[in-house]
Amino acid sequence: MLQTFLDSLIADGTFGAIPRDVAYAIGMVAAGAAVVFGFVLNISGVTTFVERRVWARIQSRVGPNRVGPQGILQWLADGLKLLMKEEAIPYAADATLFKLAPFVVTIGFITAFVAIPFSSALIVADLNLGILYITSMTSLVVVGIMIAGWASNNKWALIGGIRAAAQIVSYEIPAALSIFTVILITGTLSTQGIIQQQGWGPWDWFIFHSPFTFIGFFVTFVALLAEGNRTPFDLPEAESELVAGFVTEYSGARYLFFFLVEWGNLYIIGAILVTLFLGGWQAPHITDSVVGMNILQALTFIVKSYLFVILMMWIRATLPRVRVDQLMTTCWKYLLPISFVNFMGTALWVMIWPQGFRFAEIVLTAMGFGLVGYFLYRVAFHLRRSGAQITLSPLS
Amino acid sequence: MAGALSEYFRNVFDTAAAVLEGMAVTCSHFVRKPTTVQYPDRTDVRVQDTLPYRYRGILEVDLEICTGCLACERACPIDCIVIDAKKDKGTRKMMLNRFDIDIAKCMYCGLCSEPCPTGAIHHTPEFEGADYSLESMVRRFVNESVEAYKPKKVEDDPKISPILERGMRYLDEFAEPGDEAGADA
Repeated sequence: MLQTFLDSLIADGTFGAIPRDVAYAIGMVAAGAAVVFGFVLNISGVTTFVERRVWARIQSRVGPNRVGPQGILQWLADGLKLLMKEEAIPYAADATLFKLAPFVVTIGFITAFVAIPFSSALIVADLNLGILYITSMTSLVVVGIMIAGWASNNKWALIGGIRAAAQIVSYEIPAALSIFTVILITGTLSTQGIIQQQGWGPWDWFIFHSPFTFIGFFVTFVALLAEGNRTPFDLPEAESELVAGFVTEYSGARYLFFFLVEWGNLYIIGAILVTLFLGGWQAPHITDSVVGMNILQALTFIVKSYLFVILMMWIRATLPRVRVDQLMTTCWKYLLPISFVNFMGTALWVMIWPQGFRFAEIVLTAMGFGLVGYFLYRVAFHLRRSGAQITLSPLS
Repeated sequence: MAGALSEYFRNVFDTAAAVLEGMAVTCSHFVRKPTTVQYPDRTDVRVQDTLPYRYRGILEVDLEICTGCLACERACPIDCIVIDAKKDKGTRKMMLNRFDIDIAKCMYCGLCSEPCPTGAIHHTPEFEGADYSLESMVRRFVNESVEAYKPKKVEDDPKISPILERGMRYLDEFAEPGDEAGADA
């Protein structure tokens, strides 16, 4: 889409005598800058603020509410503070690698946004192996984390880096196998292709396609949580044992980059799950206007992804950190066999019902809503038992 | 074999059920009203006013009823109270030349307010003592020599009697906070 747009600009003579390849490069840099500065940095920053507020509310606190209305500008203040701080590089550290590591991490994270769709038209590049590209690019983060851990010349940093590597390499397998179940159904790796084969209604989503994808969704979620170093799998930065893990020696702007990635990754995890299992940007066709539909689709996608971001914050406020052996047990003894069974089961399912099995989809959708209903019943039970004052306003 | 397999699935089920229940508990907290107080500027009343009558905050002296007996200075275990009280040769009256309390040293034990015969030295609910220098932490209550209070059988001076009443009530261990002349918060 970007290319056709650039081609039309070149044909109009907007670029004048500039060679075609240079014009493409300018276009790519401009699109990249627009996505990074217009969306990625902001979503990471706002996520830090939202996380603090959500976390505070779960702990009966209020959270940051002084900078700007309701503290909405807290993330800018934090970011500016970190940018202006002095950077200390340990005397014994490998200075070159130490300085390089945050950028490797950031590149691995930001390049993943290339293939993440926002609507049917809004995507930087609809790569034909999109989902593979996203998973491989997010795995690049581990290289940066390893470099950071090693170059810091610090025991805690090194252990954190090694743990991150072990964890991401292990969880890559169940994550990939569960992603394959969806690819078996669609027959395409392109993120847009995967979304186009789903519908706007929950019964058309791949999570409710078969019992195997239903389980596969949860396997993917857990595996991606572990890959993003999120609680309960945040062993690489376990405060209680490793100070701050691989970021122990970092300060100032480089520290900021690590946290940009950590919170931005939440959105990527949400976007991957929404793309694969929850119908992506599919919205009901209520207007014939292309622009209107695209806005609606983008809103649908961002809201769905952000619900996952909030879910991950909520998990962080709920679950305690697992031990290293429990982490590996979860991966190799539980997630891996389950994802294998899912993979085989989906293959059989697709062979028997290539067009999907309507009855199973409706039953699974009902089951999904039943699960949510049971959950809400439990929430109401705990609220009733405590007799606490309830407020639904996020601002109080 | 069958036992191991059923245990495997029970583990999975237990984990899922435990996570679901834990999430339900935290979700129920998510919709509750925050219980924290937004000190200092977003409280309905000043925090100082909500503190109990006998709260041991920063010390204060009512010089009008101070007899200059030095009981508080002697009682202070860390010598943060310095009093200079001398009998004036000419007028034969007790004069207070200096009454300093070093708040930086004070440990709020309350031992000084117990032996005070009139309740002149007492704790206030004020606790915000932060300042920029140690020097300014010393509270000087006497600027120029004043005459010490001389106890009478019945206090009839309308200016002093409410202060004395408050002081005497402060000494009463089970006193309730007064309404008009009570805790001067």
